[in-house]
Amino acid sequence: MTAGLLRHGALALLFALTGASHAQRAAVQPQPLKSGLEFTGAEVRELQHDDFANPGMLWAARGETLWQEAAGREAKSCASCHGDAKTSMQGVATRYPRIDAGSARLINLEGRIRQCRELRQQAELFKYESAELLGLTAYVAQQSRGMPMKTVIDWQNRHNFEAGRAMYYRRMGQMNLSCAQCHQENWGKKLGPETISQGHSVAYPIYRLEWQAMGSLHRRFRSCQSGVRAELLPQGSPEFLDLELYLAWRAGNLPIETPGVRR
Amino acid sequence: MIKILSRRGFLAQLLALCAWPFAAARGADADSVEVMVFRVTGGATVQPGRVKLDLPVLADNGNSVSLKVSVDSPMSAASYVKSIHIYAARNPRPNVANFYLGPRAGRAQVSTRVRLGGSQRVLAVAALSDGSFWSATADVVVTLSACYDAT
Amino acid sequence: MTARVQVPKQAKRGEVIEIRIAIQHPMETGFRLDDGGRAITKNVVNKFTCRYNGIEIFRAEMGSGIAANPLLDFFTVADVSGELVFDWIDDEGQTGSERVALTVTG
Repeated sequence: MTAGLLRHGALALLFALTGASHAQRAAVQPQPLKSGLEFTGAEVRELQHDDFANPGMLWAARGETLWQEAAGREAKSCASCHGDAKTSMQGVATRYPRIDAGSARLINLEGRIRQCRELRQQAELFKYESAELLGLTAYVAQQSRGMPMKTVIDWQNRHNFEAGRAMYYRRMGQMNLSCAQCHQENWGKKLGPETISQGHSVAYPIYRLEWQAMGSLHRRFRSCQSGVRAELLPQGSPEFLDLELYLAWRAGNLPIETPGVRR
Repeated sequence: MIKILSRRGFLAQLLALCAWPFAAARGADADSVEVMVFRVTGGATVQPGRVKLDLPVLADNGNSVSLKVSVDSPMSAASYVKSIHIYAARNPRPNVANFYLGPRAGRAQVSTRVRLGGSQRVLAVAALSDGSFWSATADVVVTLSACYDAT
Repeated sequence: MTARVQVPKQAKRGEVIEIRIAIQHPMETGFRLDDGGRAITKNVVNKFTCRYNGIEIFRAEMGSGIAANPLLDFFTVADVSGELVFDWIDDEGQTGSERVALTVTG
């Protein structure tokens, strides 16, 4: 009996210890998880929910057209390999960014589309923030609309995750502010006339009223960097990819909203 | 001969005048809203009423603000809305849009999204087939983005 | 120019139907400055018409006060089956066009 109790106690102590260190290592998700829509005005919410009025749909419509368009040396379209996007792309966006098997590096949806374009279609690369890349990314992600994010952190992407989390908590720029200070510690509070959101990535690419155009998550990162007067990193940079992975995890099981509308 | 306005008529005129915001200083469009409206009405009285102008009280972003304008009219061959004119006096180009309808419209209602260069009163003037002019206004508070965006 | 149109597939004769169109266009105001501090040339969709079997049923004159990627929502009376033709032009002279068939019963 004593041996059993001792073993039980030892196990309990071990569990508590690992639990404690796990809590120290574990990154924190905001509680409760809230979509950015909950921090915008009614107008933005209405725009996003109206599939016709949502300006992002203009880009997604372009993406749908591009999906069928033959390109490159082999005159192949996305559809040539992937068939109907409505079935083949369902759930795909919930698993990005992910480790690319070939390069063992983190890749996001934009990167994957560019990679397919270059290596498999052998066609001209789409530039970041181009109407084509935004359109295709929005169209692909839209096929997962309503599905919860399914980010898995494992041995393959753990170092990317840690780097992303470190960046999230690192102060930057003239204003010396970190992402966490606004979006983790002060979400729900006012910054000027705006209510700070939790800063999730599930609606991207988004139509941002401020840009009066569709834009990528990395462009939004750059906006934040600009806001705190930090140096802007380019779209597709490894730092942004790591941060994107952290954000994907941080969104928990929030559903994909692409194409989103934000102010 | 002195035309004596009834008190009701005078108040209506006064309200009509008050409905027009002061013309903001701007270089892009020299004409004031009053002049622009005059060109539409030819000086005829613009009465507040029959027009409904829907805009949000608080706009998330001045770059895109939903606007819905409708006019109470049977839209029959005998009585219909000819045109609706939208003005935002604080914008550098105050005449935001003009919509031309007609009896085939069925319903005198148009929705779109406008840009507002700051908090202001938006004015809609409707020209009816019987030669009368009607108006409505809506006040919108436009907030600016908290963070600078240089992307 | 990419544009999306929403029109009911069919309507009853005499029914008032709602027509929506979204046009992809930056509606450049002419007030924005580029990185070199120079004003980006104004270019907006300035005129839009909708013709129903050849007859103009709606016209819009627009300026830089209309938001980017303009959305227009208006109405018409379903008369006879036929075609709705949308045409628009911007300051640079670029034109856009869409046509949608409308079936009217009764």
